[in-house]
Amino acid sequence: MTGSSYLELLRLTAPEIIVALAGLFVLVLDLTFLRQATLAIRFRSAVIAACTGCVLALVGLEKVSPQGALPSGMLVANPLTQLIQIALLLLAILVLLFGASADFTQNVGEYCSLVLFATTAMMLLVSTQNLLVIFITIEFLSLSLYVLTGFDKNSARSAEAALKYFLFGGMSAGILLFGMSLLYGISGSIALKPIAAAVNTSPGDPMLTLAIVMMLAGFGFKVAAAPFHMWAPEVYQGAPTSSAALVASSSKVASFFALFLLFYLALMGAAGNAGWGNYSSGWTLLIAAVAAVSMLWGNLAAIAQTSVRRLLAYSAIGHAGYMLVALVAHSPQSLAALVYYVLTYALATLGAFGVLSALETERVDSIADFSGLGKRAPGLSFCLLVFLLSLAGIPPLAGFFGKFYVFVSALNLPQHFALLWLVLLALVMSAVSLYYYLKVLKQVYVSEPKAETSAIAVPLTTSVAVWATAALVVVLGCFPDMLLNRIAAALMIAFR
Amino acid sequence: MLAWTIYISFLGAIAVTFAPGKSTAVARVTALFTALAGLGIAIVAVVHNHSGELTTIVRTSWIPQLGIEYHLAADGISLTLVLLTGVAAVAGILFSWNIERRVKEFFALYLVLIGAVYGVFLSFDLLLLFVFYEIAIIPKYFLIAIWGSTRREYAAMKLVLYSFAGSALVLAGIIAAYCVAGARTLNLEALAHFPFPASFQMWAFPLVFVGFAVLAGMWPFHTWAPTGHAAAPTAASMLLAGVVMKLGAYGCLRVAMMLFPRGLDSWGFRALGFGSWQQVFAVLAVIGIVYGATIALVQRDFKFVIGYSSVSHMGFVLLGLMTLNRIGLSGAVYQMFSHGIVAGLLFAVVGRMVYDRTHTRDLRELSRIPLGRLIPFAAVTFAVASMASIGLPGFSGFIAELQVLIGTWQSFPWMSCVAGLGILIGIAFSWRALQAAFFGDAAKTATPEHVFPPITFPERLGAYLLIVSTIVTGLYPRLLMDLILPSLNSALFEGLRRGASR
Repeated sequence: MTGSSYLELLRLTAPEIIVALAGLFVLVLDLTFLRQATLAIRFRSAVIAACTGCVLALVGLEKVSPQGALPSGMLVANPLTQLIQIALLLLAILVLLFGASADFTQNVGEYCSLVLFATTAMMLLVSTQNLLVIFITIEFLSLSLYVLTGFDKNSARSAEAALKYFLFGGMSAGILLFGMSLLYGISGSIALKPIAAAVNTSPGDPMLTLAIVMMLAGFGFKVAAAPFHMWAPEVYQGAPTSSAALVASSSKVASFFALFLLFYLALMGAAGNAGWGNYSSGWTLLIAAVAAVSMLWGNLAAIAQTSVRRLLAYSAIGHAGYMLVALVAHSPQSLAALVYYVLTYALATLGAFGVLSALETERVDSIADFSGLGKRAPGLSFCLLVFLLSLAGIPPLAGFFGKFYVFVSALNLPQHFALLWLVLLALVMSAVSLYYYLKVLKQVYVSEPKAETSAIAVPLTTSVAVWATAALVVVLGCFPDMLLNRIAAALMIAFR
Repeated sequence: MLAWTIYISFLGAIAVTFAPGKSTAVARVTALFTALAGLGIAIVAVVHNHSGELTTIVRTSWIPQLGIEYHLAADGISLTLVLLTGVAAVAGILFSWNIERRVKEFFALYLVLIGAVYGVFLSFDLLLLFVFYEIAIIPKYFLIAIWGSTRREYAAMKLVLYSFAGSALVLAGIIAAYCVAGARTLNLEALAHFPFPASFQMWAFPLVFVGFAVLAGMWPFHTWAPTGHAAAPTAASMLLAGVVMKLGAYGCLRVAMMLFPRGLDSWGFRALGFGSWQQVFAVLAVIGIVYGATIALVQRDFKFVIGYSSVSHMGFVLLGLMTLNRIGLSGAVYQMFSHGIVAGLLFAVVGRMVYDRTHTRDLRELSRIPLGRLIPFAAVTFAVASMASIGLPGFSGFIAELQVLIGTWQSFPWMSCVAGLGILIGIAFSWRALQAAFFGDAAKTATPEHVFPPITFPERLGAYLLIVSTIVTGLYPRLLMDLILPSLNSALFEGLRRGASR
């Protein structure tokens, strides 16, 4: 690497560097100046500092919008990655705001800086087309998330969840790395473009099949698709609310985007066919199966849950199934649909966790604890209604349009109805999902509050963040064009 | 201007939610005026557009990426149903004047439902239609689950899941049609003229038709209807039976049949004695007519009697649609209007006038109370409503069912005999309900120990409104026929007519 390409590296990674530096700064700030302050003040200052870092990075991305690529796809910055990075930063800000009034830990600086480090890792993950960098950033992300999950030291649940997450995660990282090493063995390269060329010449190689299966297992863990989902319910339930929010929202965005790019850019030659009656072996068939299992298991198991967080976890598994449908379709339009879906999904889930974090002092967990919430916290309940209905796919909320677009992209292929079976399954399962979302909303609005309960005081920052998220979900649902245009324009440039 | 029926309802919902103070009167009056404004606009629109031509109201780009537009338009069929919605909305509010619990929420949800229903009838872009169709689902749930009676949470969930499962089928059909037509537009007019391949129509038609017919109460997907109607509060029952079931029937006609007319053609082979989807759905409709009426005959719960009678009457709508001839189709649309009014009236009597006073709907218990003497107004209203319901001349039901029967006679002679049998059973169960509820034998001897509050002014007003509507449209059918027939003759339904003549 010459000197100029180091400059290039600095220029391209400026936003990530800002976020990472902000993370370090928060750490130092908390350990020096805020040593003597009360917990509330420490949390607030750290969150303000961290958010400032994110905002700076956002401004940098919007104003400078660095574009370019480093050799062997180590770092590729284009409008599409930039769009995702902006979304990741926004999600990080919301997560930080939800955590601003938390009291689960004394280690405020570490907490906020880990959120920022995880965000840095995700920003790098979405802007690389290189196996090695993908693996390193995934590990960076995972390590941050393991620690964030176990951050509540007073809770045995949190520790258990972190351990489970770590064990599963470590194993699947190994599997992922194994798959990647096989792919490297086949193609002799770690950059996605040369790999694609090698795959095109020998799509039927058994070694390649093994590599694909391994990598799918590794990524399947990250995106919580069945049957690699076992960690999700524990983590969603045990982790501190704002950590769980991060796991549920932005880590999904980054992982899905990276998964799509990996399969779309590198493995196109081995795609095969998942169309009804025209099956031919390849990863689309494999992913179609994973998608179908995720939709079925996620939505059906969610029905049986009594804890709202576990319910959200199973619904996340179901949603991972819908999103994989877009990957099965693997067209540029389906990438646009996936991006729209995963972003709006992340907003809605994040919002739901935001509501949970506002109720943290109430120790609500089981669905029954929500009874009468509509009376005790009308604003919060309305937002929860918006989020859950968006997840269920009720128009005019963003979730509906995301589903519509994904299914359109799955049917709008050269052979029109090849994937109809998958789309029909997804539609039927989304009808099932309305049942369990309504079960929660029934407690909120229909059931009477338990005796001697009063109105709930919601911290200002949380309530602002929740309302902002709800507004975004509504606006993006009513005017999907606002985001869609940006995605389409970015796609044009990215895949020119 | 017709678009304001939608906006005004949604704005009214917001206004009711944020109505000042704890006073319930403000919320009620706001809701009433909102509904009246909607009805007023609907009447003005009918007067202005008495030829029933298709007129575009609003058309602007919504999601240009996918070629989807915000397109509202109305033809005679839409206008008829918009008028029905206006009448039913006003009557429903008058009959829920006595709601005391969570009043603001009640009327807000009610108005959201009304706004969504207007939206479905006026949408001319398929995605927009679907969006409004789904918006209508959620308020139904809360209206029943919060303010309902018998097994309300179960009934509400059942209703919502049936509707949502139906709409999943519809959405699949919409997306498929969109992709086949080149993924450029979902405009109904453009799609109606698009030559979809016959093989595609053959499976898209039943998919979409069944999806909508679930909400129209087609046998065997009707089971949500009686439980839902019985559990719902009076105004919601009136809307559910009166208007929401019409959403399904309207979708069957406007989407399934208008876009995929060749799906009704002969299969070219026979399976289980059926040769086409037309025959399959016609038979299901006839089963619905007879089954609904028969079950209504043996119900003990007064509201279930009316609930099953709705299934029976909606069977006429579906049968009329399946005749594919002009008189049958116009009869089906007329029956949509007529049943909307009459079912509203029946539910108003049962739910508001009788149940809210006696707190029982068991016909055997009611027969021990001399209701005919205690609340004669209710008895008279129910008698009138029953006459309209069984289709006596002079009421709208007569015009509608006569046309459907004539249309059926032309297409499936033997089925019209069975449907006629359904009418006879209909007379029997109406008679039985009237007799048991108001003029029970035991009541003649029993001493009247009950004192009921008198029929209130809003109740009288609502009853008059509905009775006048059914009599006027019964005596002067041209009022609506002039709207319906030109629409059925328009170019939009050309495919259907060609299919029928083949």
